[in-house]
Amino acid sequence: MATSEQMLHSALLRLVTAGSVDDGKSTLIGRLLYDTKQILADQLEHIEDASRRRGNDYVDLALLTDGLRAEREQGITIDVAYRSFVTPRRRFQLADAPGHVQYTRNMVTGASTADLAVILVDARKGVVEQTRRHSYIAAMLELPHVVFAVNKMDLVDYSEERFDEIARDLAGLAARLGLHDPHTIPISALKGDNVVDRGDGMPWYGGTTLLEHLETVEIAGDRNLEDRRFPVQWVIRPQAAEFHDYRGYAGQVASGVWRPGDEVVVLPAGLRSRVGAIDAAGEELADAVPGQSVTIRLADDVDVARGDLLADPECPPVVARELLARVCWMSERPLTPRARLLVKQTTRTVPALVDELVSVVEIETLEERPAPEQLVLNDLALVRLRLAEPVAVDPYAVNRATGAFILVDEATNDTIGAGMVVEAS
Amino acid sequence: MTATRDPVQRNLSHLDELEAEAIHIMREVAAERERPVLLFSGGKDSIVLLRLAEKAFRPAKFPFPVMHVDTGHNFPEVIEFRDRRVAELGERLVVASVQESIDKGRVVEETGPRASRNRLQTTTLLDAIAEHGFDAALGGARRDEERARAKERIFSFRDDFGQWNPRAQRPELWNLYNARIRKGEQIRVFPISNWTELDVWQYVAREQLELPRIYFAHQREVFRRDGMLYAASDFVERLPGEDPFPATVRFRTVGDMTCTGGVLSEAATIDEVVTEIAATRVTERGETRADDRVSEAAMEDRKRVGYF
Ligand SMILES: Nc1nc2c(ncn2[C@@H]2O[C@H](COP(=O)(O)OP(=O)(O)O)[C@@H](O)[C@H]2O)c(=O)[nH]1
Repeated sequence: MATSEQMLHSALLRLVTAGSVDDGKSTLIGRLLYDTKQILADQLEHIEDASRRRGNDYVDLALLTDGLRAEREQGITIDVAYRSFVTPRRRFQLADAPGHVQYTRNMVTGASTADLAVILVDARKGVVEQTRRHSYIAAMLELPHVVFAVNKMDLVDYSEERFDEIARDLAGLAARLGLHDPHTIPISALKGDNVVDRGDGMPWYGGTTLLEHLETVEIAGDRNLEDRRFPVQWVIRPQAAEFHDYRGYAGQVASGVWRPGDEVVVLPAGLRSRVGAIDAAGEELADAVPGQSVTIRLADDVDVARGDLLADPECPPVVARELLARVCWMSERPLTPRARLLVKQTTRTVPALVDELVSVVEIETLEERPAPEQLVLNDLALVRLRLAEPVAVDPYAVNRATGAFILVDEATNDTIGAGMVVEAS
Repeated sequence: MTATRDPVQRNLSHLDELEAEAIHIMREVAAERERPVLLFSGGKDSIVLLRLAEKAFRPAKFPFPVMHVDTGHNFPEVIEFRDRRVAELGERLVVASVQESIDKGRVVEETGPRASRNRLQTTTLLDAIAEHGFDAALGGARRDEERARAKERIFSFRDDFGQWNPRAQRPELWNLYNARIRKGEQIRVFPISNWTELDVWQYVAREQLELPRIYFAHQREVFRRDGMLYAASDFVERLPGEDPFPATVRFRTVGDMTCTGGVLSEAATIDEVVTEIAATRVTERGETRADDRVSEAAMEDRKRVGYF
């Protein structure tokens, strides 16, 4: 166990796990938690009991990640579950997205906040349709890091040849999709090889174990530190005499490093000012970095409200009324051209019209089929949207924070899609 | 905040990240809902929420009142702490009383040695939400507390009866929360969903937050039941053989006295508690909350009927 001092300074890695049903994802997560000693006495007792009741002769680590009653009844995972674990080197936040076809939207959801994806591959089956789907999603969501965990190596006699063959296929897939920082690690979740401990099944493997990789992968550089963007969430105006002139713009830094004195353009209006001060918890900060929640005061008395974006006038985002975007459709109701919906991007929500369904991805071949008549649940598509009011956006590939949006159904209020800006004008 | 940041790598510590995420969530609620309320139990999680609200909204006042659902069987230390803390902050406190719900005949008091007002809180909470017209309630629940919570969203939608349907949750993407609801519906929002018990204690230590005294080792009369230690009080009828004895204990949660157990501990300071928790082998709820032990799916069942 790390000292509390060490852990106070360890960074947070958010990861998403994906795999087809029965690839061993639950077992892998259980193994990670078990071998890093996250399982507490009462939880262990609980799964030992449950394993016995099911007639297993071993403790089924998969049961650790088993959640709601409905799933227990069906014996299947139905939704994204979030879990934390900690090692002396890092604090981990894990989103567990289930594997079957109809739950693409769950992986997109889990991946949207992730720094890294762990994609399971069954060593006996190699690259299958689900592997392509999960890799495609990891690429589409611009995850900075991807790990392919080739599981069940014990069932292929820990064969180096078999692993190399799969690794070659995966390298091809990664290159084709433009995956960032792909790694491939042979493991046995059931026996534990190369998950936390090395084990002795694969002496031929010279790389890191999965956990070593997760602990050491460099995430400091993942955020966009170049282009200053700050979506205004909330205006702070104290109704007290001592703060009579205080007017602060509260928000979370989307990108760039912010300092007092920096030039600012307020979008979409285009007004100009400078950063007067950056406040957090009653202190003035020398700077603010991506991810931090702070309050910015401007040097001039300009009109700024929720939904506005503060940006660097030297490299501003595009103020757009038309978006070409990748969309994951998440509703049971199909999406058709001319549909009206709401787009929420940063802190701004605007009405939008579907101008064109440009293409939809065929996962089996990764080809784009042009001009689909409609999008159905779990479709991944390229869509053209027209907005009723302008938004300040960047391409998602350049800026995950200002290039992402959700689609909301105005009638039901449901979240019905996830979008990533490709082009804006 | 600045103190824990590496100036070269520009990396935030995990506490910085969790804090920033929680502040963002609170501001979204304030901006997108008309009548939010912050639920305050007097426990460490809701004390952390108060600190986060200060960071989100100062130097202005909170854009919502603070509400406590008082079972009438709370630890007196916690009630004293609640009143003092809210007064120091200069914020508005709303107390929803389970005793009043009983007096009005909205709920029926359980009887017997295992009687608890814990279940009754649900009705009192829903009544108070309706009475004040609250449309969003911020709470301090965490995903690591219980297995059902691991799947709950940060913005959790409740129908007109306050019920949670685990199958009909909205997908939550990036930090783009959809807080839209129809009239009569409400949301529960959990800004510290992604925190663990240890994160909370580390944050309490870092921010030097004051906690009610019962969180630290102290002498009190306790009795043993089902392998747990309960505070001896007028609120709990003891069974034969459940004789009280003095012990040095601390509490890991501060629920109702009838269902909150203590642990033997000598940890008298925040640092000592952090060290003890870092080495602990039993989850918080498994150890000290009788209400979760009743059935394997206990939490899930209560959530479906509107429990927080
Ligand atoms: N032999 C072997 N079996 C495994 C391994 N990992 C998982 N399994 C088994 O594969 C089955 C499916 O695993 P599970 O974790 O439930 O898969 P999930 O559907 O991906 O969560 C279970 O019977 C596991 O015991 C492994 O590395 N080797």
